[in-house]
Amino acid sequence: MSIVTLTDVVKTYPPASRGGAPVVAIDSVSLDVEQGDVYGIIGYSGAGKSTLIRLVNALEKTTSGSIIVNGRDVTTLRERDLRAVRGDIGMIFQQFNLFNSKTVARNVAYPLEVAGRPSAEIRQRVDELLDFVGLADKARNYPDQLSGGQKQRVGIARALATSPALLLADEATSALDPETTGEVLALLERVNRELGVTIILITHEMDVIRSLATKVAVMDGGRIVERGDVFDVFSNPQNAASARFVQTVVQGIPTAAEVDALRARHAGRIVTFSFRDGDSSQAQVFLDLAEAGVGFELVYGGINDIRGRAFGHLTLALTGPNAAIDGVLARISQRSLVTEAN
Amino acid sequence: MERLLDLLPDLGEATVETLYIVVISLFFGGIGGLVIGLGLYTTRAGSLFENRVAFTLLNILVNVFRPIPFIIFIAAVQPLARLAVGTGIGNSALIFAISLGAAFGISRIVEQNLLTVSPGVIEAARAAGAGPFRIIRTVILPEALGPLILGYTFVFVAIVDMSAVGGYIGGGGIGNFAIQYGYRQFNPAVTWAAVLVIILLVQLVQFSGNALARRILRR
Repeated sequence: MSIVTLTDVVKTYPPASRGGAPVVAIDSVSLDVEQGDVYGIIGYSGAGKSTLIRLVNALEKTTSGSIIVNGRDVTTLRERDLRAVRGDIGMIFQQFNLFNSKTVARNVAYPLEVAGRPSAEIRQRVDELLDFVGLADKARNYPDQLSGGQKQRVGIARALATSPALLLADEATSALDPETTGEVLALLERVNRELGVTIILITHEMDVIRSLATKVAVMDGGRIVERGDVFDVFSNPQNAASARFVQTVVQGIPTAAEVDALRARHAGRIVTFSFRDGDSSQAQVFLDLAEAGVGFELVYGGINDIRGRAFGHLTLALTGPNAAIDGVLARISQRSLVTEAN
Repeated sequence: MERLLDLLPDLGEATVETLYIVVISLFFGGIGGLVIGLGLYTTRAGSLFENRVAFTLLNILVNVFRPIPFIIFIAAVQPLARLAVGTGIGNSALIFAISLGAAFGISRIVEQNLLTVSPGVIEAARAAGAGPFRIIRTVILPEALGPLILGYTFVFVAIVDMSAVGGYIGGGGIGNFAIQYGYRQFNPAVTWAAVLVIILLVQLVQFSGNALARRILRR
């Protein structure tokens, strides 16, 4: 079941100078997020992803198109009704955006106070949430006494206060160091798995997508240029922008410059074998090479695991008689993708 | 020196009078400044009640009144004082003039301090479903409270300064005391005594303001 459906969404900003053309931030985006998804939206800064996520809870007004959240079109609601909708959508931020004048407990309580819940219920819920994020002992501390990772965990607790079905994560780990990033991602994974919360996360870090998302959309210039299961996009990106992102975490087929560097250190022909789960086995490739009397050395690449499915590119330096190499490459290329550097 | 000793009870009375004028003016001017400052802050581009016309009008209003030298301002608003407090002279008229004049100055201090609140926390409050008035009350003012206290402490000192010309329209206070008994009677010791009282008063208030702000900022 869809929890968020965007149809032909456009967002333009007034021109920067009088008489100029309006700035198009979001250019006709349609997107369907299913209940239980962790939907990653990746793009460089300026791609429009930050704007897109703010349209979902109507922090920014949509110019045209419709955005259905939990069955209601947020683009047609009045400000007063939108407040109720926003209260049922959690949001976390890159800079955490905690209230520095309030204790951790009061930060987490805030959305509940806004929703007008009775104070006994608020106290109980705050305790529950701080337990969930592992910060029960920090309830009386102020945000400036916490580390970055702890602040984001408070942010997550606050975002979950009203038990929303949807959580919006705006670059939630971009201000954190790698270790803390892992901690926060693990917590978000629990939020999705244990609480069943649907998460839309935007990021410019492919690693975040790889470790958390089930689906991904790649944004470039205000448009979604590619979307699909994370495994599919990672193992076989169709778009140039997507391929650039995938390259940041996956060593693919070496570029011409990398091939030159490899040639300087290794003798033989440089050949890349691409593997995708199921369609060929590494063992068979190595067996074929050995049978043909071709020597090989692994010089570049690696195998990646995404949610239990493996793919990758292994680049080998092959040595031996040219005829034997040609023969075996022809045989292997019937089963999997073989790319030889020229 | 002997003359000064004779005048000590009058100095004490003048000090109490100054405190009375300053505290009441700070109260009314402080509220007025807070309201105008909130108006400036919330109507500016990108803020909660973004409204170019209202912002421009408020901005011009503040810019027109703020730079008028107080001794001229006090005379200029005398007709208004007659309307508001029923008299154009004495402490009541003085308090009226200070409150009005200070409100414009305070509004800028309030505006500047509110601008230090990160737009991110306001966005977080909006995302939690809070409306603009709730955000002002529960987020913007508490987040800016430390700097606001320092701002109001600064204003207290400025108001002590403004109150010193009270004698000009028949008001009292330390300023009047120093002019009347010190300057006009060629008795510098009396003037210096008044200066000393003012220094002590200002130090005390600045010290308390700093301590309070530090407590709120927990630094």
